[in-house]
Amino acid sequence: MSEAVSALNGAEFNGAVRISEAGLLGMITLRGDLEDAKLAAAVKAAVGLAMPAKRGVRDGKKGSVAWMSPDELLLMLPYAGADQTVARLDKSLEGVHHLAVNVSDARAVFHLEGRGLREVIAKGSPADLSSMGLPVGEVRRTRLGQVAVAFWLSDEDHLTLICFRSVGAHVFAWLKNAAAEGTLPEFLG
Amino acid sequence: MLILTCPYCGIDADETDLAPGGEAHVTRHGADASDDDFEAYLFHKRNPRGVHFERWRHVYGCGKWFHAARDTMTLEVFGTYPAQTLVPPKTLQTKIKKKRPDWKGFKK
Repeated sequence: MSEAVSALNGAEFNGAVRISEAGLLGMITLRGDLEDAKLAAAVKAAVGLAMPAKRGVRDGKKGSVAWMSPDELLLMLPYAGADQTVARLDKSLEGVHHLAVNVSDARAVFHLEGRGLREVIAKGSPADLSSMGLPVGEVRRTRLGQVAVAFWLSDEDHLTLICFRSVGAHVFAWLKNAAAEGTLPEFLG
Repeated sequence: MLILTCPYCGIDADETDLAPGGEAHVTRHGADASDDDFEAYLFHKRNPRGVHFERWRHVYGCGKWFHAARDTMTLEVFGTYPAQTLVPPKTLQTKIKKKRPDWKGFKK
């Protein structure tokens, strides 16, 4: 079997904030009717978490789940278990209109850490990065520079950002530039 | 700059998060349509100065298509509403009428 490698193999950068590529993470796109009790039960079985609220992210011991659109969730769990979990989802959702795909190798994930990470992202995204526009625990899908990304804050000092793997290197370079020491406007506090 | 509230995910999306889809509520005639019907569907767009109903897609966000009513001259946005409708909601039409008494009303 081939050895799995994440987009940037755990690259790191220390600037105004700390940026690190998250390494291998299992990610499953699950689409279907989010109101369906069977779907909720399948999510619970997969990552041990209840259905997130609109735009919400839930974190647990087994993994996390993020609300991506009115009919789409992103399940996050250890990389090795993703394929197995997809098989289990497909089995428990037999007969229910749904789609479960392992997208672990199609995405790049970054962790940002430190004060001022709202400002780093705000440099290149049209999203409202104030604490009112993006509360902790709410996922936002938008643009960074020219490419599609999704991000959320697990607390004021920790942000997770997901993008397509094909633009992973570009996003990392972009983030490094935006997080260069002494370049934050210190507007968002 | 245009900011539209996506009726599906509730995000105030910037213009650059959206993709325009042209005029809303355009009738697409069926397979037995005449050439004239098809020509009208393809080319005869209203393009008014003032109240306009449009389709937009929250392409960098939740990916859903929705409708928006806005003024093409002042860029004032009257409201947004889901795509699963053939006509603008009555409440929105009333609201527009109040703001633009000269508006002739929605015509298909």
